[in-house]
Amino acid sequence: MPITYTSGEQVEVYRFNWPITIGVPATALFLQAWLPRYFPAFAMLDLPLLVTIFFAISRRNPVSGLLTGGAIGVFQDALTSLPIGINGISKTVVGYAASSLGVRLDVENAGARLLVTVVFCVVNKIVYFVVAHLLVNLTVQWSWPHELWSALINAIVGVFLFFALDRFKQRT
Amino acid sequence: MESVLGRYKNLIVLVGVLFAQVLGLAVQVKRTTDTQSSRLIRIWAVDSVTPFEKMLNWMHGGSWNLWHNYIYLRGVRAENRGLKAEIERLRLEQVRLNEDAAQARRLQALFAFKEQFISQTVAAQVIGSGGSEQSRIIYIDKGESSGLKPDMAVITVDGIVGKILRVFRSTSQVLLIDDQSSGVGGILETTRLQGIVRGTRSGEVVLEHIMTDNPVQAGELVRTSGGDRIFPKGLPVGTVTRVGNGPDLFLSILIRPAANLNKLEEVLVVTKLVEQEPNQLETGPVRAADILAQRLPSVPDKPATNDATKGTDSPAPSAPVAKKPAEAASTPIAPTPPKAIQKISPGQQSASSPKPGSPAVKPTGSAPGALKPATEKSPPPAPIQVLDPTGSAPKPKPVAPPADATQPAQPQDGPQ
Repeated sequence: MPITYTSGEQVEVYRFNWPITIGVPATALFLQAWLPRYFPAFAMLDLPLLVTIFFAISRRNPVSGLLTGGAIGVFQDALTSLPIGINGISKTVVGYAASSLGVRLDVENAGARLLVTVVFCVVNKIVYFVVAHLLVNLTVQWSWPHELWSALINAIVGVFLFFALDRFKQRT
Repeated sequence: MESVLGRYKNLIVLVGVLFAQVLGLAVQVKRTTDTQSSRLIRIWAVDSVTPFEKMLNWMHGGSWNLWHNYIYLRGVRAENRGLKAEIERLRLEQVRLNEDAAQARRLQALFAFKEQFISQTVAAQVIGSGGSEQSRIIYIDKGESSGLKPDMAVITVDGIVGKILRVFRSTSQVLLIDDQSSGVGGILETTRLQGIVRGTRSGEVVLEHIMTDNPVQAGELVRTSGGDRIFPKGLPVGTVTRVGNGPDLFLSILIRPAANLNKLEEVLVVTKLVEQEPNQLETGPVRAADILAQRLPSVPDKPATNDATKGTDSPAPSAPVAKKPAEAASTPIAPTPPKAIQKISPGQQSASSPKPGSPAVKPTGSAPGALKPATEKSPPPAPIQVLDPTGSAPKPKPVAPPADATQPAQPQDGPQ
């Protein structure tokens, strides 16, 4: 499908009520902190990132997307032992980019969502690596196979998660 | 101006938010040396998540206890019987180990060495994790109100787990030893080489700063060296699984942690360490025979050996000792006795009274002549009578102890 520029009237923009806007990210943060205790492999997933991408491509508002991503990332950092702001910066960039892309692309079908999620997972990791290594001087190792596999697994989980969250959309 | 702001509004907001976050990072990085205080956002985030984790953990524990303690009771009686037998075996082993410890303390006292002893611990339950591969931490349900402070050691019965990183009101953050920012002083048990145990990005645990010309083999135990002043010396860290060449002139030693860091449920926080010279005076030596004399009533006597013991006036110490040669070969104590023998120098051991209760201790040269079966009366006949199932008159040739036949010069029978 060719990528064409579409105006705001042609692309559907959705909104969410306040309980969903706050409850879904909070639940994602809680599950990300609690589930790895019983399923250590769950640490490879990034539920807050998937929620950031979903809200960004649904609202199609760059300001709203970057603020949502920043808030989710900051709270995610607060639950780790790392300085607060690393995930905040990376998810701010992802939120802005996803919402900007959502204005131009129709990402309602599963294939587009899978591809978009893979790309933004890799972007999130790259920004995270740059910030952690250059700004905070953390020892962060990069492995392309590991990051690509992680992005693919997150994208597959994200497709199902997005379809589950579609029921909470409200047309503006 | 308005058109520029309107046109690039989104980009301006993005730059503003990123700048604010970078500024926040800069402030934090500048103050990382202060571990006593925490940022308010961190306290809010932890306080908003940990109550739900505690509640879910309580519900999970309650349902597990209900199932395990009231519904799933199969094999409890048999397990109880087996556990009691295990307790008895361990008490016997403890006697031997106490001797080794007393010997070590006497030597340490000679050199005025001071040891760190764990004098107080607080048990805590694991309620959550950091949720990130880059930060391997866990949360426990004890905090400042329980007397916890940063840099306290966290351990389990299997080995060390990590150290307290941050303390909140009723929760604490624990940095695991497989985190890349963690560092523990380690020492190889056999070669006594000291290094630093660190975590890697992938969650593995490695021992660093061991030169390549030092012999290190897979299977060696790694313990804490006490050099980091956080963990007391001697706690198990893990086992060497792979040795290879690392950067520069150092080895790359991979360790499997002794504690299962992926399935932690309960941990102990060391809240108090006492540094003192080891005491020379220990409680009086406890004989294994005395422990066996306190045999638990629910553990059934083994019919084959017990029937023979009841035939004569066997003094309590000698009867159980007579069974030792047959049992010693089957007990798992067998691998460790050689070490015990090496630690206890024969010259010193012979100065003290020999311990009939410890089968591994074979005092050499301590009047072996008195234990020869040629002396038919008093002590030697007792073991012979013990092993004769028919209870007939004592005979000079022992039937039961085939171990004696293979080791004729070793006085394993009876107290002296």
